Amino acid sequence: MRIELVKRKEHSSLMTLLSPLVAVGLTLVAAAILFTISGKDPLLGLYKFFIEPLTDTWSLQEIIVKATPLVLIACGLSVCYLSNNWNIGAEGQFVFGALCGSFLPVIFPEFANGATLPMMLLFGAAGGAAWAMIPALLKTRFNTNEILTSLMLVYVAGLLLDYLVRGPWRDPGGYNFPESRIFSDAATLPVIGDGRMSISAPIAVIVVIVLAVVLAKTLKGFEIRVMGESPRAGSFAGFSAKRLTIFAFALSGALAGVAGTMEVSGSLNQLLPSISPGYGFTAIIVAFLGRLNPVGILIAGFVLALSYIGGEAVQASMGVSDKIASVIQGLLLFFVLACDTFILYKLRFVKKRKAVAIGEASHV
Amino acid sequence: MFEAVLLTVITAATPLLIAAIGELVVERSGVLNLGVEGMMIMGAVVGFAVANQTGSGTLGVVAAIIAGMAMSALFGFLVLVLVTNQVASGLSLTILGLGLSGMIGEAFIGVPGLRLPELYIPVLSEIPFIGPVFFQQDAVVYLGFALVFAVSYVLFKTRAGLVLRAVGDNHTSAHALGYSVVRVRFLAILFGGACAGLAGAYMSLAYTPQWVENMTAGRGWIALALVVFASWLPFRVVAGAYLFGAVTVLTFHAQAQGLGIPSQFLSSLPYLATIAVLVLISANRRLTLVNTPACLGKPFVPDR
Repeated sequence: MRIELVKRKEHSSLMTLLSPLVAVGLTLVAAAILFTISGKDPLLGLYKFFIEPLTDTWSLQEIIVKATPLVLIACGLSVCYLSNNWNIGAEGQFVFGALCGSFLPVIFPEFANGATLPMMLLFGAAGGAAWAMIPALLKTRFNTNEILTSLMLVYVAGLLLDYLVRGPWRDPGGYNFPESRIFSDAATLPVIGDGRMSISAPIAVIVVIVLAVVLAKTLKGFEIRVMGESPRAGSFAGFSAKRLTIFAFALSGALAGVAGTMEVSGSLNQLLPSISPGYGFTAIIVAFLGRLNPVGILIAGFVLALSYIGGEAVQASMGVSDKIASVIQGLLLFFVLACDTFILYKLRFVKKRKAVAIGEASHV
Repeated sequence: MFEAVLLTVITAATPLLIAAIGELVVERSGVLNLGVEGMMIMGAVVGFAVANQTGSGTLGVVAAIIAGMAMSALFGFLVLVLVTNQVASGLSLTILGLGLSGMIGEAFIGVPGLRLPELYIPVLSEIPFIGPVFFQQDAVVYLGFALVFAVSYVLFKTRAGLVLRAVGDNHTSAHALGYSVVRVRFLAILFGGACAGLAGAYMSLAYTPQWVENMTAGRGWIALALVVFASWLPFRVVAGAYLFGAVTVLTFHAQAQGLGIPSQFLSSLPYLATIAVLVLISANRRLTLVNTPACLGKPFVPDR
């Protein structure tokens, strides 16, 4: 017996809807196995990881706090991936954007008025876009592989942040802790609710809506999809692959930069040596789980934010390593990719053919 | 002093060399496995854990190789059987490896490690200067060089190598000639996984004999860049690995000298050097196009 993939005549719309659900289901099974291997009750583990965080308002707010940067970054990444630009350095663009966005409140703390926040967000967007421009320009100018260059810049941005908060940007009144000064109220995003949730969450929702409209209804959206699926056809339509590469990287860098600035200004209120639990990488999973579709990304962002909170919850209550969250995230991406195969292909089971004599084969 | 620097360059270059030579074979078969970092870190943690539990460095190395192969088999199943996107699948392998290694390694943080013993080649190791540098290394260093020679020989002088390159350059023709593209690629992926696992074990058993979370620190990615730098030729991987080994060691020494340059700037040098090298190589189209496997990263579904 052998298993073969057979191409479907057209995309299976049933599988398009079903595949993320199946992937989540398989991940739950794998998570249960992981809990069992760690010597914990799998059902209790699943409950603490996936259900309990949804039952009280504090952790629900925390989920939204974590989903916000994921959704923003993933929206930008989806434009990159749809157009075949492999930006995997969003983590670096997030960090560099946060640095640029923090420039004003750290260096000019006296500059505190109504213009502070908009300018910070603008600086953050520009910084993230500039950091993303490096791999984009190297790709269009020198044909350099953008996967590797964008990733290398993640390490560079992280080291730059580390240098600044330990060196020139360290809080002068902070007892030598590696932290920047705390941002003034004018540089802090307005809070919603009683937790750490700020207006960054509704901003992310607006971005999702705008992107959904742009992708579905505008020429730009059409260009992005055509250049991804058939660059040759796109070039006949007058679209330029190079210009689109610049556009996609600039957009995703800017969104990651805004996300970084809002994380610093809304949730942390200062710069720390580490400002992201890997949002830029997790957002890659969000983009794929959300089928590179803005609305899907919004839902997927919640699922992956839940995995962060769930990881913290099982560590606190059951003594399981919080690393289980990133294992579950990696498994989820695996299953999503595997299940997506069945949108384009179906499985066929064939019995092993016996060797046929040459004469017989000609009749077949 | 110079001798000591040269010795550290060799230890810094060896994991890069081994991981890159494995990935070179994978890419020659037409598959891009971006999961090197994930397989390497799994090799590092499993190698450390097994060596620590059994007291045998050899068993640790063997276990690390198996761990790397197991990870790569997962990747192979996805991209070859289910024909998933290779870039995304490789990334998921890295994310999974980083998480899983953190979970396994939690019990081993701060545990003193085991260093692989050095092999003294008789007579040769007693030559002044040359002896200590070239003939008093641990077995993995020699193995790394043996791998380069073996890979170069198999790729360019044997029938198996010809088939592998054919599969990487034109999978449709290779399939039409009756070669099993999927099988050849799966074996290549397993070889790449074994090399990445070995490279990881070298990190935690020889380079810095301890377990630190994320201790590979992007070396898997640098190995991927080295394959491009080497324009898919085995002996150029040696040059690239030693160049990067030298850059890494140089930054250590510059930090120790206290030249007044912030340590973070020095630490970012290997990553910046990777970008610079990639740009220099890819700007030269003639150099890259000749050896790039034509089917690199392209999915293959056999039609029967």
